[in-house]
Amino acid sequence: MSKNVKWGNIYLWFMFVILYLPIFFLVIYSFNSGDVMQGWEGFSLKHYVELFADTRILEIVVNTFLVALLSSLLASMIGTAGALYIYNLNHELVKNVFLSLNNILLVSPDVIIGASFLILFTVMGFSLGFTSVLLSHIAFSIPIVVLMVLPRLQEMNRSLVAAAKDLGANNWQMLTRVILPVISPGILAGFFMAFTYSLDDFAVTFFVTGNGFSTLSVEIYSRARQGVSLEINALSAMMFLVSLILVLVYYAISSRSGRNKKQGTRLVLPASEGL
Amino acid sequence: MKKLITGIIAIITIVIILFGIQRYLAMKTGTGESSDKVLNLYNWGDYIDPDLLTKFTKETGYKVSYETFDSNEAMYTKIKQGGTSYDLTIPSDYMIQKMKSENLLLPLDHSRLTGLSNYDSRFMNQSFDKNNKYSLPYFWGTLGIIYNDKYVKANQVQHWDDLWSPQFKNQIMLIDSARDALGIALITQNKSVNDKSEADLAAAQAKLTALMPNVKAVIADEIKMYMAQNEAAIAVTYSGEASEALSNNSHLHYVVPTEGSNLWFDNIVMPKTAKHKDAAYAFINFMSNPENAAQNAKYIGYATPNKKALSFLPKDIRNDKQFYPDERTVSHLQVYDNLGQKWTEKYNDAFLEFKMTQR
Amino acid sequence: MMTKSKRQRQLFYLIPYSIWLILFVVAPLILLLFQSLTTPNGHFTLKNYATYFGSGTYLRMTFNSVWYSFLITAITLVISYPMAYLLNQLKQKQFWLLLIILPTWINLLLKTYAFIGLLSKSGTVNNFIGLFGIVPQQLLFSDWSFLLVAAYIEIPFMILPIFNSLAEINPRLEQASRDLGANKWQTLKRIILPLSMPGVKAGIQAVFIPSLSLFMITRLIGGNRVITLGTAIEEHFLVTQNWQLGSTIGVILIVAMVITMILTRDRIRRTGRKRGTLHE
Repeated sequence: MSKNVKWGNIYLWFMFVILYLPIFFLVIYSFNSGDVMQGWEGFSLKHYVELFADTRILEIVVNTFLVALLSSLLASMIGTAGALYIYNLNHELVKNVFLSLNNILLVSPDVIIGASFLILFTVMGFSLGFTSVLLSHIAFSIPIVVLMVLPRLQEMNRSLVAAAKDLGANNWQMLTRVILPVISPGILAGFFMAFTYSLDDFAVTFFVTGNGFSTLSVEIYSRARQGVSLEINALSAMMFLVSLILVLVYYAISSRSGRNKKQGTRLVLPASEGL
Repeated sequence: MKKLITGIIAIITIVIILFGIQRYLAMKTGTGESSDKVLNLYNWGDYIDPDLLTKFTKETGYKVSYETFDSNEAMYTKIKQGGTSYDLTIPSDYMIQKMKSENLLLPLDHSRLTGLSNYDSRFMNQSFDKNNKYSLPYFWGTLGIIYNDKYVKANQVQHWDDLWSPQFKNQIMLIDSARDALGIALITQNKSVNDKSEADLAAAQAKLTALMPNVKAVIADEIKMYMAQNEAAIAVTYSGEASEALSNNSHLHYVVPTEGSNLWFDNIVMPKTAKHKDAAYAFINFMSNPENAAQNAKYIGYATPNKKALSFLPKDIRNDKQFYPDERTVSHLQVYDNLGQKWTEKYNDAFLEFKMTQR
Repeated sequence: MMTKSKRQRQLFYLIPYSIWLILFVVAPLILLLFQSLTTPNGHFTLKNYATYFGSGTYLRMTFNSVWYSFLITAITLVISYPMAYLLNQLKQKQFWLLLIILPTWINLLLKTYAFIGLLSKSGTVNNFIGLFGIVPQQLLFSDWSFLLVAAYIEIPFMILPIFNSLAEINPRLEQASRDLGANKWQTLKRIILPLSMPGVKAGIQAVFIPSLSLFMITRLIGGNRVITLGTAIEEHFLVTQNWQLGSTIGVILIVAMVITMILTRDRIRRTGRKRGTLHE
């Protein structure tokens, strides 16, 4: 048993090293006194100085996070509603039609999504900028949320819902007290994936943006022809550091409240059984 | 449930804080103002010295709203669809011709241009824009061969035909562009890079397919990184890419074959979406100023078409034969014409088939 | 029969979701179909489909897309399942899971550049193996470097749903199985694997479907040695501006996706019916 765990730990460590290797590579080169990611020329903070002097890029970073947070939040809500709807469908054929429609944006290459959204917005006379980018990001993030929430619903114990119904719980109570707590890990997974999609998207954003609004991905990809400067590495390193700190804070909070939480679940369980 | 609600509240709090920061930054840079003293510049990413933008704003009072694109075609789609009023953009030669033929450009009023005489006449009045009715050159360059002197001697790669030599098996990185790759094959067969004949194109495709054993990869902007890291001995790419790669690896050299190659331009144009024409003319004149053009050329590393700017450039740059080739070589260079829909597709289909050739 | 309250509930879910479906899925889909069936002048034609099915180039590309998507999905699954399983055994597993997600927030192009730096001939990996006297190897522009980077990108998308499914399994089940004399493998095969299937399936869909239209790393890491439908669509939409043919390939990708859905449907239906009877 303990031997097993050891092999498991080695495997986990190995995978974590691989996952973080490219990130460390980027971070280390952000301190390079040279201007490119090849050939270490010595330690320097000059790319960080450049970064903080560049208000345009800082503005872009703020835009990027605004779009990513808002779009993944809204996409999680709409996507969860969609998953619940699909889950409650009784007719198998209808269910599959919905699932297929849901996945169309996942399989469509970004250029197609971008081009058709651009046509959509211009036909509707929509001004391009923050709103059009936000709407598009919500749009392409919804299917991944549905995909993450559905399995949680399928694993949910139906008798729990039935019991709640028998005991006269109304729709809202059933949703907030029974269903949402059970599927919340799925919603969270969907949120994080939507967030990732949003941060990484270049092609769709490129097509639907305008009037000076830009996101980090658009900026980075359009710099490819001239070469992406190490200022962007410095920026990534900062972003990475901030997210890491957030995760650690989360860790600290959750491990402190861990004791209380156990009590909490114990309290919740009888409550939901009593419903 | 409680966890979800706390999560939502946390996200909304962060969003509100971010909105605050955004307002603050916008105030600081002045992009948030909806005044008329703006210039909407649509350009390649990092394709102008940011200090020049600051200087421009200081001199003229126009704030620059800078948006970026990563390819001519992507830019074209955005301009064609409308939605944003871009005042100036910087497409390449064939794209200018295409946009012109589709009435996407506004003619330039030459009486409002102050720096016309600064430009080198060799780079004016090109076939894609006769008499520079719509455009002024921003940068120019060539297509050529980068080689690494660790693996290849200079005399081994002076001409396009040298690439077909069996000694370079799996050594060459080729630019991922139908016009350029087929253009090379056409030049080796003494044809024009704008050739529109089925037989010539088929011959060019066959010739290119014969190059396949030597081709290590078909890539684009990454070539400069790969060459700087000694990944391949030879690469076929643009002078802009080459200057980046050369500055990072002293073993690299750039050759423009004397028998002919492509001469490319990035010209500044005013798309039909332009709303701030005064700002646009002010910017064109600002960039025509020799001092500014030289500063930009130093920052970007491309060759400037501004003849008077050369004297502001360090000697080793303006005398570099790799990027400012001699008269004889320049006279053999050919500019791409817009081939039209049908032939663009034929070139691309031929190139796609070439790329699909099993290696 | 639907009760009134269920109808209300369904309507509540349907309204936001259907607005999205109509505006951002059905409308673009109609546009796509329309374009694939017309000439640039708007006349009806089947020429685009004829071009696609008549050319060996596109059929081979389709085969490439499906084959490489399959490989990427298989590799990712093999790597991710044990990871998700092991992560589930850890204390503070949410924290470790977040650490898996964190790398996905760094820009993809930058990470790809990092891989170029790591795998190139004078790169970190070759320098490292050089310490053991191994001559620099050609790592990039090969099938496996392409698969490695593709799998790297997709791993978090596979781990997350599987992890969630595994976390849901009642530990008492595992305990009971062991009490009944099952060894670790039997428990894994009979209890854990079947119960985590919904997560595995979601992971496969989240990886396989987007991989069909992968294009950027086929060029950057694969050196265009592998050409997939994603590359072709990119080219038709941007370079040749032949949106008609690009749309046609898009439609074919969607059809391929629907077929995948139908192939995985069988199981959903069976479990659905079983659970359905339990429910009614």
